[in-house]
Amino acid sequence: MVWAIVAALIDDRTLPPPGAVWQAFLTELRSGELLFHLSTTLLRVVAAFIVAMAIGSAIGIWLGMSPRADRFVDPWLILFLNIPALVVIVLAYIWFGLNEAAAIGAVAVNKIPNVVVSLREGARALDPALAEMGQVYRFGRWKRLRHIVIPQLQPFFAAAMRSGISLIWKIVLVVELLGRSNGVGFQIHLYFQLFDVATILAYTLAFVAVMLLVEYLLLQPLERHGNRWRPARA
Amino acid sequence: MSDVLPVLAVDIERRVFNAADGTVLEAVRDLHFSLPPNSFTCIVGPSGCGKTTTLRLILGLDRDFDGQVKRRDDATVAAVFQEPRLLPWRTVEQNVRLTLPPSRATCDLDALFVALGLDGHKGFFPAELSLGLARRVALARAFALEPGLLLLDEPFVSLDEATAERLRNLLLELWCARPTTALMVTHNAREAAMLADRILVFSARPARLVDTIVLDTAREHRTESDIQRVVSRLRPVVDETD
Repeated sequence: MVWAIVAALIDDRTLPPPGAVWQAFLTELRSGELLFHLSTTLLRVVAAFIVAMAIGSAIGIWLGMSPRADRFVDPWLILFLNIPALVVIVLAYIWFGLNEAAAIGAVAVNKIPNVVVSLREGARALDPALAEMGQVYRFGRWKRLRHIVIPQLQPFFAAAMRSGISLIWKIVLVVELLGRSNGVGFQIHLYFQLFDVATILAYTLAFVAVMLLVEYLLLQPLERHGNRWRPARA
Repeated sequence: MSDVLPVLAVDIERRVFNAADGTVLEAVRDLHFSLPPNSFTCIVGPSGCGKTTTLRLILGLDRDFDGQVKRRDDATVAAVFQEPRLLPWRTVEQNVRLTLPPSRATCDLDALFVALGLDGHKGFFPAELSLGLARRVALARAFALEPGLLLLDEPFVSLDEATAERLRNLLLELWCARPTTALMVTHNAREAAMLADRILVFSARPARLVDTIVLDTAREHRTESDIQRVVSRLRPVVDETD
């Protein structure tokens, strides 16, 4: 509503009314462009997410359980936390070429330090009483990980996933803008040059909708499943 | 008794803790005893004397001590800790089954659950159980393993006396149905007098063995006066407050 009123008042192509954005959305949808670019971006988000979560949690759990390794790796972690995403992306393209692996790798490298920090906190807070129980009852490595360690880290996984998926999709757009010839980021760049704000907004909102679906249909049900043992809060 | 290979032989010279402020605390000194097969031994001593430390040394959770603890290789170890130490994200039944070796992963545990009055709670999560019930699950977990050596660390502490008494009787029933070598730490004299066939009396810190009481009467024939006699003998060592 506010958007429609402000757009009508300004009456300028920099802020198109909702109707125009809807029209742009329909045009792109009919041509098949929208679905193609959305799915390309989504695939990159998923790939970068999986790589970042896998590597980041492995390093994070390791650092949380080994103070010595933590002292050694911590400065590097701070370094990587503070390198701007743009620098990583540009360097990845220069060093590894304008290819898909460099693009996804660059996004993952941006995200890994955050995952490491979350999971490290989780691994530091592991309950020694349960670890001792596993030791006394001779739990093997896998059994210990699956039944004692990972359930305790579940809230930290959830936090890393939450913040991860939103950060990743933002960085994926930058990667696409700089060095890919498809995806939502590339399209936004294209329509930026054409100064077509309606289509830019159509792409942005479409992708936000996709991320909302991921949140409600995937992340939240997963979290509910992981939390089913907790007593319900009154 | 001495020609039978003991299930557990404990020879601890000393265990010293260095506190953060530099004070040195000697928790255990010169502790030598062994457990013959299928015996039920209780360790009794004043609060904070180093009983739990001793148990941790035996369990291998603490290896920083002078001396040695020898366990017979074929003896599977099960422990019941002071707190139930159940996995909150696994159901009662999963908690019990998790400790089983793969060969027995699907064995029938119904009789055990019924004996402990847990057959109605198999699908519950630990957060949904009272402390008394959670303690029963911890007992079930230990007995399901059919251990060769069972270690119990004040498994009935902080329960009301009626619940504790009921659980003591349950433990006794389980143990009689399938005797195993058991070592229980307690500072409840009555508990020791009811359950043990031998009581090791520990001194105040550093824990040393000051007395050994052998109870000849089979525990099912022990009368209230037998129990009271042992309790009064232990009175100087432990307070009866809980």
